[in-house]
Amino acid sequence: MISIPVEEIQKYKDLARGTRRDILDMIYKTKSPHIGGCFSMVELLIALYFRILSINPKEPNDPNRDRFILSKGHGCPALYVVLAKRGFIDQNTLAGFARNKGTLEQHPTRSLLRGIEVSSGSLGHGLSLGVGMALAAKYDKKDYKIFVFLGDGELHEGSNWEAMMLASHHKLDNLIAIVDYNKLQAMGKGEEIIDLDPLREKWLSFSWAVKEIDGHNFEEIINALEAIPFQFQKPTCIIANTIKGKGVSFMENEIIWHDKCPDEKEYKEALKEIFK
Amino acid sequence: MRKAFFEKLKAITKGDKNIFLLAADLGVKFFYEFQNIDNKRFINVGVAEQNMIGMAAGLSMSGKNVYCYSIIPFLIMRTFEQIRIDLCYNNLNVKLLGAGGGVVYGLEGVTHHAIEDIAVMRSLPNMTIVVPGDTVEAEILAEQSVTHQGPLYIRFGRDIEPLVHENKPDFKIGRGIIIREGKDICLIAAGTMLYSAKIICGFLKNKGYNVGLISMHTIKPLDVGLVKKCAKNYSAIFTLEDHNIIGGLGSAVSEVIAESRYGGIFQKIGILDKYTSDIGKPDYLMEKFGLDPKTITDYILKECKNI
Repeated sequence: MISIPVEEIQKYKDLARGTRRDILDMIYKTKSPHIGGCFSMVELLIALYFRILSINPKEPNDPNRDRFILSKGHGCPALYVVLAKRGFIDQNTLAGFARNKGTLEQHPTRSLLRGIEVSSGSLGHGLSLGVGMALAAKYDKKDYKIFVFLGDGELHEGSNWEAMMLASHHKLDNLIAIVDYNKLQAMGKGEEIIDLDPLREKWLSFSWAVKEIDGHNFEEIINALEAIPFQFQKPTCIIANTIKGKGVSFMENEIIWHDKCPDEKEYKEALKEIFK
Repeated sequence: MRKAFFEKLKAITKGDKNIFLLAADLGVKFFYEFQNIDNKRFINVGVAEQNMIGMAAGLSMSGKNVYCYSIIPFLIMRTFEQIRIDLCYNNLNVKLLGAGGGVVYGLEGVTHHAIEDIAVMRSLPNMTIVVPGDTVEAEILAEQSVTHQGPLYIRFGRDIEPLVHENKPDFKIGRGIIIREGKDICLIAAGTMLYSAKIICGFLKNKGYNVGLISMHTIKPLDVGLVKKCAKNYSAIFTLEDHNIIGGLGSAVSEVIAESRYGGIFQKIGILDKYTSDIGKPDYLMEKFGLDPKTITDYILKECKNI
């Protein structure tokens, strides 16, 4: 594992803190759902958008850009905030989240200008889109990569497994699936609904190269993302073990925060915790 | 007509390297011919239609011109939500080539029949639906499909369809074709029913009626102007389709007729909202549905006896 300078890590941690604050603000002000699943994504998104992805807000249509597909569309508040911090979305646009005459919905709509690569919100679509993009890149002999960000609950959708089979069959080593493995779903614990374990073995048996990491540890995230592809001619899967509601103790691992919106007291408490 | 379409498309793809064709493990005969041209652009995605539509969207977002092929229920009903979001909401240039419109796959059974497909596809914003009436229309459609903007659903009838057009028609997606002008009765048909309609025209003519015939190959967007013109000129209008009476060509035309202050006779002729309980080849099943030319003619004569 390469070591990353302390000040770099600190920079990412500060960004993550600011991201959680902005997500909390957006969700609190608009009474929106999905704060738990947004908080589990934060470190992964920061690492991708501030270190890994080859993208440029001044050229959002660049045909050679890396593609980021948010397959778990309900996590879009986290994506919007990170896109704003990265210069794709301005503050006015961000302020139009989830309101009448608004700009951004609670599930994202494709807008390359805003850095939103695909429309999502129905689960189980993203990986197939990524497979198509990866095939196109291979055909065009381009070396950009396609990152697909998946929720763990959405892996119940059969279409993912169709895409997984095809991706390895076509040796799409430009395709990366990142699983936000927070182990909680809308109605309960994943293991009580349909247990995904052994998840690593499932991806391995579909002929993907797999690494399991702590999805809140920047060193582990960056080391994994900078080692892609893990194997020549194999698509990459990163299983990121995460905590739903990460960063606010009373939200962590609590099913209710899948879609609960904090009240004023909870909002203030959460804010305090994020900055403690 | 599927064969004619693919022959033409095959010729086009030789020179246009932006065209991709995906098949879900069906359509062996023509598919291998495409693969011989370029096996990187013509991909058998396996028995996995949902993934095929998502892939097509991903390819299209990467600038490719994509065609997807399968038997209709698997192509568009299993994958409805991928079509809705990935193709229609994003308004992508993906063509869905569906084999077996109506009961073309007669003996294969109801799983393979397609009597609800047009209704389903009509409900999707941005979707265009074309049902070619013979091989001539299919060939021109193949050419026009290449530059068509947005998602396009093409519904094929039988492989060997008798010719309806004697000369090359003025075929444009979105514009119906007047095959013959009349005054008393107008038949509006598409796909496999177009040839039946032509036969019916002959029967009605022998009974002394002045009959018009329209190929309404594009069900969506419907040629509203042409329907209104028919409403102005004819005493009776009949739509003919090998599709459920709910949601297909007849419904589309009736939506215009209902708002046109039309005072004449209007009837939809199609499958009366039921799955067949009979077993047989297409002609046999169509007869059982009462959709053979003879039965339809008798029905029209009964309806029109006072005009």
